[in-house]
Amino acid sequence: MKSIMEYPGDPPSNLKSIQNKIVRQRLGYEDYLRRLLFILIAVGLFIFLIYPIFVSLRRSFENEFGQFIGLENYIDYFSSSTTSASLSHSLYISAMSMIITVVLAFIYAYGLSRITIPGKKALRAIALMPIFMPSLVQALGLIYFFGNNGVFTRLTGINIHIYGPTGIILSEVYYSFPHAFIIIAAALALADARLYEAAESLRTRGSRMFSTITLPGARYGLLSACFVVFTLAITDFGAPKVIGGNYDVLATDIYNQVIGQQNFEMGATISTLLLVPALIAFVLDRLVQRKQVAMVSTGIKPMEAKAHQPLVQWGVFGFMSFMAVFIISIYAIVIVGAFTQYWPYDLSLTLKNFTFYVAGTQHKGGAFVVLWNSVQMAFWTALLGTIIIFFSAYLIDKTRGLTTSRSILYLLSITSLAIPGMVLGLAYIFTFNNPSNPLNFLYGTMAILVISTIIHYYTVPFLTASTALKQIDPEFESISESLNAPFYKTFLRVIVPVSLPAIISIASYLFLNAMVTLSVVVFLFVPGNELASLSVMLLDDAGETAQAMAMSLLIIVTGLIARGVFTLLTRGIERRSQAWTER
Amino acid sequence: MPPSNENYRDPYLVIKNITKTFGELVALNDISLSVDEGEFVCLLGPSGCGKTTLLRIIAGLEQQNVGQVYQAGVDISQRPPRERDFGIVFQSYALFPNLTAEENIAYGLENRKMPKTEIKSRVAELLELIGLPDVGKKYPAQLSGGQQQRVALARALAPSPGLLLLDEPLSALDARVRISLRIEIKQLQHRLGITTVFVTHDQEEALVMADRIVVMDQGTIEQVGNAEQIYHSPASPFVANFVGMMNFIPAVISERSEQLKLGSISLDGDIPEGLNPGDTVTLAIRPEEIQITDQSAEAKNVCQATVIESEFLGGINRLVCNLDEDQETHLLVEVSSNLMKELLIENGSQLSLHFPPEIIRVYPGTLAQQS
Repeated sequence: MKSIMEYPGDPPSNLKSIQNKIVRQRLGYEDYLRRLLFILIAVGLFIFLIYPIFVSLRRSFENEFGQFIGLENYIDYFSSSTTSASLSHSLYISAMSMIITVVLAFIYAYGLSRITIPGKKALRAIALMPIFMPSLVQALGLIYFFGNNGVFTRLTGINIHIYGPTGIILSEVYYSFPHAFIIIAAALALADARLYEAAESLRTRGSRMFSTITLPGARYGLLSACFVVFTLAITDFGAPKVIGGNYDVLATDIYNQVIGQQNFEMGATISTLLLVPALIAFVLDRLVQRKQVAMVSTGIKPMEAKAHQPLVQWGVFGFMSFMAVFIISIYAIVIVGAFTQYWPYDLSLTLKNFTFYVAGTQHKGGAFVVLWNSVQMAFWTALLGTIIIFFSAYLIDKTRGLTTSRSILYLLSITSLAIPGMVLGLAYIFTFNNPSNPLNFLYGTMAILVISTIIHYYTVPFLTASTALKQIDPEFESISESLNAPFYKTFLRVIVPVSLPAIISIASYLFLNAMVTLSVVVFLFVPGNELASLSVMLLDDAGETAQAMAMSLLIIVTGLIARGVFTLLTRGIERRSQAWTER
Repeated sequence: MPPSNENYRDPYLVIKNITKTFGELVALNDISLSVDEGEFVCLLGPSGCGKTTLLRIIAGLEQQNVGQVYQAGVDISQRPPRERDFGIVFQSYALFPNLTAEENIAYGLENRKMPKTEIKSRVAELLELIGLPDVGKKYPAQLSGGQQQRVALARALAPSPGLLLLDEPLSALDARVRISLRIEIKQLQHRLGITTVFVTHDQEEALVMADRIVVMDQGTIEQVGNAEQIYHSPASPFVANFVGMMNFIPAVISERSEQLKLGSISLDGDIPEGLNPGDTVTLAIRPEEIQITDQSAEAKNVCQATVIESEFLGGINRLVCNLDEDQETHLLVEVSSNLMKELLIENGSQLSLHFPPEIIRVYPGTLAQQS
């Protein structure tokens, strides 16, 4: 019998000297395949995200002949208060929108989760409604209300001068309200009822509980909501374009420089200025979210709503009802506007708004041709985006070893959230409209619209996928390896079926956002492939507000139908998978 | 990898000088171990002792910094997991939730390009083997924890691997299921004769199931031996403390005679070589080995003690006693409930305790130095 001593081994050695050593395993063909796919993801994100941003940054340091001129463009921008106004305007409207939205959303979310009030289901659904509107549509709606000829203005005789900062802030609040609401509601849901029970047993007053338990518990959610709203407001293009009047913000300034004055270098410069606050908000938000995650403990006892003092109770309910009515009114006015001859002078009903022909939109087939473009674009974005994003999240999350490459890819994958749509769109012109770029053929095609939209909305679905994958037993991969199953087999046969609800929610997110996006594609469309959200802007520019309303309504309805289809799909899957999810 | 004929009697699995670090943390420090063919070996230790890391290195799911793993005489250190020959079962079962029990068990067979009919009969055979012939069409969520773990076992065994690795497979189960399943697994292993490495932090599991137990602590092997050896001759205070209950009593070796002194008490005992008069030592005595006697305090190795606390544990009572000669020392003594009644023992009772020399294990140094 051979003893253990006869097997070759390493002599015991100094620990320090072996910390950097490792016994490497031979690579099988699957390991090569994984590495190849990693490289593909990295190259894709580099070509379509990092490189264009770099090109755009470089352009901001050049003059129109492509010569390096240092900071001259920036000095130009800041040289006079008329040119540099857009930065301070942007910061002002974003800060105001942030404060107002977060306060409103907090009260609304608090009312829904903590106070016993009637009609909660309806109130929750209404709070989410603005998500289906492209950002410029609520601005149109607001104009119909508060404009010089708006309903409110004519009825009360009060003109709140909606064109300018007031209108932009109102639009941004409306636009970002559901986003803030979702984040804050989630934070409030994490509260542990036992804390309140302990406080009550110590005879703590309600107001003291609010300031010592409720607010501190929701603080990370509130901060996160602040960053999100700030980012949405500062990067939004649609609302300021429609309702801003002469009040320039960074996003509209970029558009005016590039489209109006063909001053690409100044466009690049302002786009860099827009990138900075967006990046800062992004980094801060990541830090805050990490803390929020650390705060989540398992096995909390969920809070139940309870009655407050009548004054608080009815005050909050009154406020929520007002918000709900306001949200619905904007919808209502879009519907009315879409079917009205000439608001507000001729209120007779008509369908002619759906059959437009306007300079700038080259279609004669009416609104449905443009809508069909959008649906196609959204379909491809959802289909390809879901496949690419989910698969890459899977590879990044479920690969053994390769720690460095995986963290680099993870970082690349979440970077896109920090890049405003306008910045990405402009960067794409610089990159892909350049004849010397081998990918130049993409320019002006549907493909580039799809690619830019996938990249722009990459991060949120990626994080959704990543979270869903983390909930799957990590040992599935070890088991498949021990059973000698190729990873793609386990991916298709186990991981995908188990993750279908997350996959559908990713597809839904991509589809709905692709339907309403404006900022990414505003620079990238060519006549012939206008998208619906874009033609709302073009129609509004041309003074055809009623037709813009009609187009908006079509976008909203399409979004709602899509949402319905996705919900049905999810239900179907849940029913089919009931057998293996029941406990 | 079938063992080659001429070396048939060699150890089936040899682990040689394995060291694994995670950053500054040394998870395994120069570990060597051999496992014979058909043997059931338990890696036992507290969490963080490196036992799971060692199992994962055997599987190839972690990579060691240095050292080799030999299976059937072949160095497999550089093979990726899918080129090694093992089946593995995890604490979490890790059954694919969207596949039925049958499909789970067949999963590894399909990868071996086995014909459909053969797969079917093999799956039926395995379901029979784990005693669940009727659950084939059910999904994991429709099975109890114990059933799920048996299906996971069948899935691991399906491709007839040469080595079975079990990573705390019973820890997620209810106490009752755990006890019945550990016997089943042991019997199954015996019947199949498959070489098995089992990781657990539960000493009882290790004592009941293993042919050989490997006690680990802080990345090193403290002792290797069968259940008897580990329990009755623990190689270190750590093993003594981790496996079963143990009293640790500080003492000194007396100047003159070869006796152990704690305070004014002198005890006879086996003093290991290499210890000199005046050295401080730690005595380790199992609570159930201390005898209650009616001998007087003058007899050899008998001390007087007072009961200060009594815990009722069903068949036995665990007494916390104070030595009269040395009030500092608390002592656990286990007494059968019958004897309790017979001797009318209650809090405050005076007892004469007898420490036969063979139950006293002597370790050098104080406990603080040991751990």
